[in-house]
Amino acid sequence: MRGVWARTDRWSLLVVGVALLLALPVLTVFVTALQPAGAVWRHLADTVLTDYVGNSVLLMLGVGAGALLIGVPAAWLTSLHEFPGRRWLEWALLLPMAIPAYIIAYTYTGLLDFAGPVQTLLRAGFHWTRQDYGFPEIRSLPGAVVMLALVLYPYVYLLARAAFLDQSVAVLEVSRTLGAGPWRRFYAVSLPMARPALIAGVSLVQMEALADYGTVQYFGVGTFTTGIFRVWYGMNDSTAAAQLAALLLLFVFALLVFERWSRRRARFHHAGNRQYRPARLSFAGRWGWLATVACLVPLLFGFLIPAGQLTVWAWRTAPHVVDGRFLALLANSLLLALGAALLILLLALLLGYGQRLRPRPLVRWAVRSAGLGYAAPGTVVAIGVMLPFAALDRSVDAWARQWFGVSTGLLLSGTLAALLFAYCARFLPVALHSVEAGLSRIRPSMDDAARALGSTPRGVLWRVHVPMLRGSLLTAVLLVFVDVLKELPATLILRPFNFNTLAVRAYELASDERLADSAPFALAIVLAGIGPVILLSRAIGRARPGYDAVP
Amino acid sequence: MTPFLDLTDLEIAYPPRRVIQDVSLRLECAGIGCLLGPSGCGKTTLLRAIAGFEPLQRGSIRLEGVELSRPGWTLPPERRRIGLMFQDLALFPHLTLADNVAFGLRGWKPAERRARVHELLRLVGLDDEAQRYPHQISGGQQQRVALARALAPRPRLLLLDEPFSSLDVTLREDLAREIRAILLREGIGGLLVSHDQFEAFAFADEIGVLREGRLLQWDTAYNLYHQPANRFVADFIGQGVLLPGRIEEGGRVSTELGEIDGLSPVNCAPGDAVEILVRPDDVIHDDASPLSAEVVERAFRGAEFLYTLKLPSGARLLCLAPSHHNHALGQRIGIRLDIDHRVMFRQENG
Repeated sequence: MRGVWARTDRWSLLVVGVALLLALPVLTVFVTALQPAGAVWRHLADTVLTDYVGNSVLLMLGVGAGALLIGVPAAWLTSLHEFPGRRWLEWALLLPMAIPAYIIAYTYTGLLDFAGPVQTLLRAGFHWTRQDYGFPEIRSLPGAVVMLALVLYPYVYLLARAAFLDQSVAVLEVSRTLGAGPWRRFYAVSLPMARPALIAGVSLVQMEALADYGTVQYFGVGTFTTGIFRVWYGMNDSTAAAQLAALLLLFVFALLVFERWSRRRARFHHAGNRQYRPARLSFAGRWGWLATVACLVPLLFGFLIPAGQLTVWAWRTAPHVVDGRFLALLANSLLLALGAALLILLLALLLGYGQRLRPRPLVRWAVRSAGLGYAAPGTVVAIGVMLPFAALDRSVDAWARQWFGVSTGLLLSGTLAALLFAYCARFLPVALHSVEAGLSRIRPSMDDAARALGSTPRGVLWRVHVPMLRGSLLTAVLLVFVDVLKELPATLILRPFNFNTLAVRAYELASDERLADSAPFALAIVLAGIGPVILLSRAIGRARPGYDAVP
Repeated sequence: MTPFLDLTDLEIAYPPRRVIQDVSLRLECAGIGCLLGPSGCGKTTLLRAIAGFEPLQRGSIRLEGVELSRPGWTLPPERRRIGLMFQDLALFPHLTLADNVAFGLRGWKPAERRARVHELLRLVGLDDEAQRYPHQISGGQQQRVALARALAPRPRLLLLDEPFSSLDVTLREDLAREIRAILLREGIGGLLVSHDQFEAFAFADEIGVLREGRLLQWDTAYNLYHQPANRFVADFIGQGVLLPGRIEEGGRVSTELGEIDGLSPVNCAPGDAVEILVRPDDVIHDDASPLSAEVVERAFRGAEFLYTLKLPSGARLLCLAPSHHNHALGQRIGIRLDIDHRVMFRQENG
């Protein structure tokens, strides 16, 4: 008879092994970056590095400020007040999340450039010619800030909204008895109490802004991500690329630490008792409509206009774009995303369950390190996958040539395996988060009951947890599916030759200034992206007073 | 004869804390036992160790002579054939009642499995509800399903972790008795964990009192009540007070209420100060008695009154009197002692 310990070690080993494998890309980037700086790096440092750092920091600060300016008032209005349309604005304000930043950038470029409808209309309306007016150039750093803020503000909105709803009624009521009007209650009470949540939201937004590649590349703004591409492809220096990537990662980790820290502080700000909630304050008449308009603006610019423009373009170009090749590409993309999502789900289940089975420090640390990839921008993960895979290919090739006189060429790099691995490293934490949340709601006595009835640990997973987790697992698959579908930079770097996805094709066509032709591809991505938004909006609906959080 | 369940010298620790130490007990031939103790005494940990969820630091666990646990080696729970009923029942919410009961019957032939599920659901009176889900039935019914599920794979021993605590008192004792009858009929050993002595009395042949990870006494309910091994057991089981006294020549004990005779279980010399355990049923209300005490508290319990009496020295006594002896607070009533089992402890200093 084998005892429980032999079995345990197998589980821990498997979990730790898988987790470390998934942490490999990020670790690779750091290890490679530790190599002495080469000529390219010195050249970078002398020339463009300051630009990269400067632009990245400006982008980060700008997008953070923009997301705050849009997200906080919207959250304050919809969570504490009543006005026409509040019910549907509450979730509709999340819709911009469905649009990847690079797609909104293409759309607005098409709308606002010289030949676009806006300028054309202005010229026709005022009988201007090119020399008669100045028009702000959208393809610039400020343009990129606006684009990113428009699609990223929902992070701030979501967290701010939760914070406002959670705030102690008593504190707000006391401030009313002390004579504070709505405006003062907002900036002197609500806002300071929500500060940890706002910092967390802004940190998330800034992480996304740093990770963006498509927008800044299209707008020609030199940042870390575009720099990594240039060094990798233009200068062919993997070490310098890894060094840039490591520097970017340091920025991201700083944000991550900041975010964690602010969340920890949130506990002290949380003012318990939410037994009852005051009725929402009603805005009367004109003020109500003003609130409606205020909430409509971000929705309009963040979703309705770009989605509308995409639809118009797609309507026009679909007849010649949507053909057999389009459908093949669509199937390609969907299958890849689905395959990646299922694979990631399996790994997340393995890690989540392994952690539950043996909550040892070693296992916990390994699983945490597997989560590093989420903080890492796609560009960084791609570099971290490319380097070890290429090294492995080279050594296998050398070995085969030496012993068998044949060249194996590239076995792994440039294959779907490399791409899938990158997706796993990047998006595993999304699935793991869902799985862990679901598992934590299953009481440990369920596991014990099943074990006492003769199930092995693996049996418990399949017979008890998976069926009970169905909802969480579906959520995880959907979230990862859409993330993979939208993913651009890692796919660009790692995709096999002549292998295309919706995101890549939309990017290629837009880069060729064939914006209208790219619309059907972009629209397909946006439609898929609405799925997670619906999930989130349902969560919002459930969190309404009077509804219990679903167990 | 090999004992049915044999725990020797158990120690269980969550370093640096030892949760269970020096626990040894034996349950003879499929008997029914209970681990009784206040919350945090380690009784649930002990139960989980028997089920195979907690490894041992020292000692061993044997069932029917076969070793199940020893330090560094634990037979996994799924191979022990020990059933477990949880405080929160842990019914699988995604399965019907029938499927819940069938969960442990993997590897059985479908026909046999159906028959067994049917048999058990009938046993607990839920045959008609087989296709419903756990959330659709009442708390008492859920309890029965959990029982049926635990019994289905014919375990050798059934462990029950306060499974009745969510039920109201009457239902609780009924169900305890009902389960006891089923276990005896099926020849399955039982071990209950509880903090409620009446539940333990209704359910178990032998009861162990646990305190801070140590087993203080393992005995029948009668002996726990009448011959507690130490002050904690005396205090924890039943009601009563400790009356001060002094050992006289010949082993008798003189107290405020006269001399009390009987064998002395503690090693004392004449002149030693001791305390005698006086249960409420040891104090008889007798108007003819020369001794009397003042009523300071009274609790009406239907068939009887529980009076708290104050003696001239200020010492308190509890007295159980038939319900028609209705006395007001402040009244003096006659009493006499009628102690069958004299339980005595050496007086604690201070």
